[in-house]
Amino acid sequence: MSTESLRIVWIYPDLLSTYGDRGNALILARRAQLRGMPVEVLEVRSDQRLPATADIYLIGGGEDGPQALGAQRLIADGGLHRAVAQGSVVFGVCAGYQLLGTSFFAKGTRCAGLELLDLSSDRGPTRAVGELVGEVDPRLGIPHLSGFENHGGRTHLGAGVSPLARVTTGVGNDGATEGAWRGKLLGTYSHGPALARNPDLADLLLRWATGIHQLPPLDDTWADRLRSERRTAVAAAQRP
Amino acid sequence: MPLRAKVASSVSRTAAALSRAAGRGDGSVIGGWIGLKIDPDLLAHLSAGRAIALVSGTNGKTTTTRLTTAAVGVLGRVATNSFGANMPTGHTSALAKAGSTPYAVLEVDEHYLAQVLEATEPHVVALLNLSRDQLDRAKEVAMMAQLWRAALVRHPRIRVVANADDPMVVWAACPPADPAQGHVPPHVTWFSAGQRWHDDSWVCPECGFTIQRSGEQWWCTGCPLRRPEPHWTVEDDGVLDPTGAWHKIQLQLPGKVNLGNAATALAVAAEFGVRPVDAVSRLGTVTSVAGRYAQVDRDGRNIRLLLAKNPASWLEAFDMADVAPTLLSINARDPDGLDTSWLFDVDFSPLAGRQVLITGDRAYDLAVRLEVNGVPFQHVRSFDEAVRAVPPGRLEVIANYTAFQDIRAELDRVN
Repeated sequence: MSTESLRIVWIYPDLLSTYGDRGNALILARRAQLRGMPVEVLEVRSDQRLPATADIYLIGGGEDGPQALGAQRLIADGGLHRAVAQGSVVFGVCAGYQLLGTSFFAKGTRCAGLELLDLSSDRGPTRAVGELVGEVDPRLGIPHLSGFENHGGRTHLGAGVSPLARVTTGVGNDGATEGAWRGKLLGTYSHGPALARNPDLADLLLRWATGIHQLPPLDDTWADRLRSERRTAVAAAQRP
Repeated sequence: MPLRAKVASSVSRTAAALSRAAGRGDGSVIGGWIGLKIDPDLLAHLSAGRAIALVSGTNGKTTTTRLTTAAVGVLGRVATNSFGANMPTGHTSALAKAGSTPYAVLEVDEHYLAQVLEATEPHVVALLNLSRDQLDRAKEVAMMAQLWRAALVRHPRIRVVANADDPMVVWAACPPADPAQGHVPPHVTWFSAGQRWHDDSWVCPECGFTIQRSGEQWWCTGCPLRRPEPHWTVEDDGVLDPTGAWHKIQLQLPGKVNLGNAATALAVAAEFGVRPVDAVSRLGTVTSVAGRYAQVDRDGRNIRLLLAKNPASWLEAFDMADVAPTLLSINARDPDGLDTSWLFDVDFSPLAGRQVLITGDRAYDLAVRLEVNGVPFQHVRSFDEAVRAVPPGRLEVIANYTAFQDIRAELDRVN
């Protein structure tokens, strides 16, 4: 960790916070605090400089215009690239996931991404809206991904990244894979407060940030009930 | 009215009555649907000869429509869609059912405003607010503001009553005038109703720069868009009118948000020539609105129903609820939107220190959310279990749309 406290930066809440994205910052902070770690959450607006010394950076979802503007400003700022070079954790959701790649489509034009992940996004034939479930890359050691997706993009992964999960319900990147990761960078189409339904993913980000491999366990009874209730609902919807 | 419209109108009324008799709802959708099948222009025919006000926005439509109907009632009979059926079928049914009236006040779903403007050619349209609501199927906020703006540009003669505190509404209400096209700037009366929710208007819809706020003022840092000086404002427990006269407002509805709705109602009624001094007492006659704010006594508990459908309206509900045991109920069925992510846009910490119960199809989403806020809660499987779990006295119920309707059904569809 950079200092005595865990520093979490929520990038551009004025642009990239369409639907409950604040949840990821709240959940990471809470799970760290319950383990006795001091936490600082910084909300950095798009007219402010991005500090390069935080431990975890969160980028949320957004409409086309704000997504394009957010990418431009992050490229011009350079802070996120410096932070990644120093080993910080980045978690991108939906539009925030797309803009970590080399390019994405917004308002009908191809926009330059941050080139932090080897992937590119374009428009799909349909909008993907609904429950998203996937079996996570076993190397990450966490149970299935449970989420809700709402996006019009399709994402093509290059050789430099691994898919986060194999899709069992929903669309994700392309109907087969969902999300991507490399090193301590991870992105997903599971939108908004993705960590609410995936506490083990939250802890994975905390382990990456702190270097602590064995975090004290927390009582996740309610999150587990939510995950199992969602899984049952998805299975019921798929029954012919 | 042409014969076809007369027939359509009559069939529409009959279908609505049959639907009610069969216990299939209040009939306000089916009647209008059948009427519009027979005569697609029925809504336009039914609107002709009436002075009409439309009320639209993300939140407060139903209540503001009810208050405006009460205020305009000073002048004569007013047709209105009081059941919250706020799409063209509901408007058609309401006007057919009311028969001939000099006035109509219609609540309009924000997605249908352009279409209903075309059909009804209203005298005035009230624009309340725009915020995120059911994003898995609704239009995003900036897109909705753009649709409103495009609709108003085609109707420059309609008078607009709009919320000065909401940057998206202000931008929508001020479409660019283009003299070459014969477009003149619309006549806008601004009201200030306060706005607790700011998270959908940090970015200027005109130029993309940041919107700054200080106290009640807001302005764009990149272009001239800024808060207009309001003509009607809420002050203490009353409303200041454009002449500077202050009117005490005594509502039976809770919360500061309803004072704002009352100010809006007075501003809309004034566009028809109603003097606020004549209308204020009528506002106090509105008690509950389609179950919203209804109070029911059961087993020694005084149960009050508050509807909250999206982050902005949850913030308002916490403001108007008493510090008392509170039941929260969340569903995510089609009318609610299937996505519960918005729960994380709401700060539940105002509930800390109250006895909190949770229920509904998506109670577990709520459980996870409340844990993050550190608010203790108890999960109950039914409304009855909730009533038994709290001591005698006030029980506040805050629920989203279908959860609210479920609880209303438990209470014999209280209005």
